[in-house]
Amino acid sequence: MNTTTSHAKEETQALGPQMAAFEAMEKATNGAAPSWLRCLRTSGIAYFADLGLPTATMEDWRQTNPEPLASFGFSSPSRPSNWSHGMIDGWTLPGMDASRLVLVDGWFMPELGRWPRHAGGVQIGSLEETIRSRPQWIERFLGRAARYETNALAAMNTAFLRDGVVVHVPAGVRLSAPVYILHLATTKGAVIQPRVLVVADANAQVEVVEDFVSLGSQPSWTNSVTEIFAAEGATVEHVKIQRENRHSLHTALVEARQRAQSRIVSHSISLGARLARNDINLRLEAPGCDSVLNGLYVAEGDQLVDHHTIADHASPHCASHEFYHGILTGRAKGVFNGRIYVRQGAQKTDAKQTNRNLLLSTEATVHTKPQLEIFADDVKCTHGATVGQLDDQALFYLRARGIGETAARRMLIQAFAADVLNRISREPLRNGLESLLNTFLENHPVVT
Amino acid sequence: MKPILEINNLHARVEEKIILKGLNLTIHAGEVHAIMGPNGSGKSTLASVLAGRPGYEATAGTVVYEGEDLLEMKPEDRARKGLFLAFQYPVEIPGVNGTYFLKAALNEVRKFKGLPELDALEFLELVKSRMKVLELDPGLLNRPVNEGFSGGEKKRNEIFQMAVLEPRLAVLDETDSGLDIDALRTVAEGVNKLRSKDNAQLVITHYQRLLEYIVPDYVHVLYDGRIIRSGGKELAYELEKRGYDWLIADAEKPGPVMAQR
Repeated sequence: MNTTTSHAKEETQALGPQMAAFEAMEKATNGAAPSWLRCLRTSGIAYFADLGLPTATMEDWRQTNPEPLASFGFSSPSRPSNWSHGMIDGWTLPGMDASRLVLVDGWFMPELGRWPRHAGGVQIGSLEETIRSRPQWIERFLGRAARYETNALAAMNTAFLRDGVVVHVPAGVRLSAPVYILHLATTKGAVIQPRVLVVADANAQVEVVEDFVSLGSQPSWTNSVTEIFAAEGATVEHVKIQRENRHSLHTALVEARQRAQSRIVSHSISLGARLARNDINLRLEAPGCDSVLNGLYVAEGDQLVDHHTIADHASPHCASHEFYHGILTGRAKGVFNGRIYVRQGAQKTDAKQTNRNLLLSTEATVHTKPQLEIFADDVKCTHGATVGQLDDQALFYLRARGIGETAARRMLIQAFAADVLNRISREPLRNGLESLLNTFLENHPVVT
Repeated sequence: MKPILEINNLHARVEEKIILKGLNLTIHAGEVHAIMGPNGSGKSTLASVLAGRPGYEATAGTVVYEGEDLLEMKPEDRARKGLFLAFQYPVEIPGVNGTYFLKAALNEVRKFKGLPELDALEFLELVKSRMKVLELDPGLLNRPVNEGFSGGEKKRNEIFQMAVLEPRLAVLDETDSGLDIDALRTVAEGVNKLRSKDNAQLVITHYQRLLEYIVPDYVHVLYDGRIIRSGGKELAYELEKRGYDWLIADAEKPGPVMAQR
């Protein structure tokens, strides 16, 4: 018996549900999608079939066992027919009222959102609608930042690319209020695959907040892709908050392309899900780019939280600064893999990476790995990682002033977290996240 | 009158090393006591044991504070009941705002006393008046606790906290170390202003210098974990002139000499 054939057959069988769902979707949307989109999806499913779901033997998944993804199955949620405004009550972050877009199981729900008609050609709305109304424009961006050729999960998202959010800010326009995208997961067993596209034209400025939430405690798997394009001189601040329930799986790719003198600030706040894997890749493609990668992950119980980041310096005179903090307790596991790639010719690169971790229990673990690949000779690259406990001296100092042990521990944990949150430029959002985190710390045994 | 603090035959160790070997000390309200002694005599260990620093273990003897067993209390409860340690090495706490920290501390103390918590405005008033006394830059309070403070600022910040918290018993652990003469005078002035007939102070110092400004009622010499001589403030002057050696020689003479004391 030919083992290769047998192996290939097994894999096809394993991917059967995705393949069948893809065929069903193709049939259902036959003719409705423009040919470039069908081409993109077909290419997505082809790469997905080729790459297969991640396995523990893959270098990128060595510390994060992807088995729960394979055993989750595959069921694409249909457009929700039942919805109410009550669904979003209590979830919207404070200060995020100006522009709120809501996705339910990956489907854009105009009824639940609220966003002003912007002057100056700003376009904010559903992906599906934008594909219909501006096909030529969107074709230039969709699938052109996310490298799904090497990322099976991004390929899977691309294969099923249907709906999501588009934010387009034309040249010179600066949006004063953040665009807030609330991703609600509501269906048990669903594989939810939203797609978000952010395009900032030359010298435009925009802030996008993506907030991932589950309604109820049913397990779901969110597999999202966000593509960001920052043109010359543009500034994009992207905040991703993940607070899904403890039964859910969360895999997400944020990939950005930066033109000259552009600035991208990415924040990833990861609190929820049983398994959370974030890939955040910034590509500094022209001189003078400035990139910031900030992150905070908090995990307890059996949670696993993984951040894989890449700052890809492809051009000279660019800076990237990365600052990630992790707080882990129970039997939680944290994974941080920060790659700084300095290509040949990317002289005068200034790259800095810091990852600090607080382990609050004896069984919590963290795997932190900086990965510097430098092919230029006139660069400044630094990295540092620490793993430690709460500072006993500081704890005693607080207690010696009358602050109880639990409160003192919480104070120190909050301070550790605030070090990251303070880097978010907008105050209401920063405060909103601080209170979200404080509530989280109060309701979870992180501090005992 | 019942004493504020009564230490009886206290033995204590840090890890495996026994540092205090039978210390006795009684402090009443309205009194200022100074503890002097050469390096390694156990001065800071005493301060740490009183404040409840983890790792400092009393192995024998008793410490009664305000009629209660102090050694049984958690550090935070000691502080709430009015025991204050001015740290020899104040700890920098990145990310914890100074105002937030002090307000939390004060409200813990007030809660314990059955007083209502201060609102932001009342707290600010109190803080401002106390800062003036210590000549502290008000900007320091908006920074993280002790972070980036100079040595002198850290020490003044300790006494400033003491001024806000108004303890019953303040233990000043080498508060003079690292201070220049002007800072020393400011700190001492602050401490003296807090002196009243209802509270007490235990001043631990290596040098007599501080005691020129904070004048003690009693001076005790600590050596090898025991108090080997007690006296009035004039004892400090004598130590300044003659050093510790003559006392130590006395203390180490066997039998009869000890019995005479």
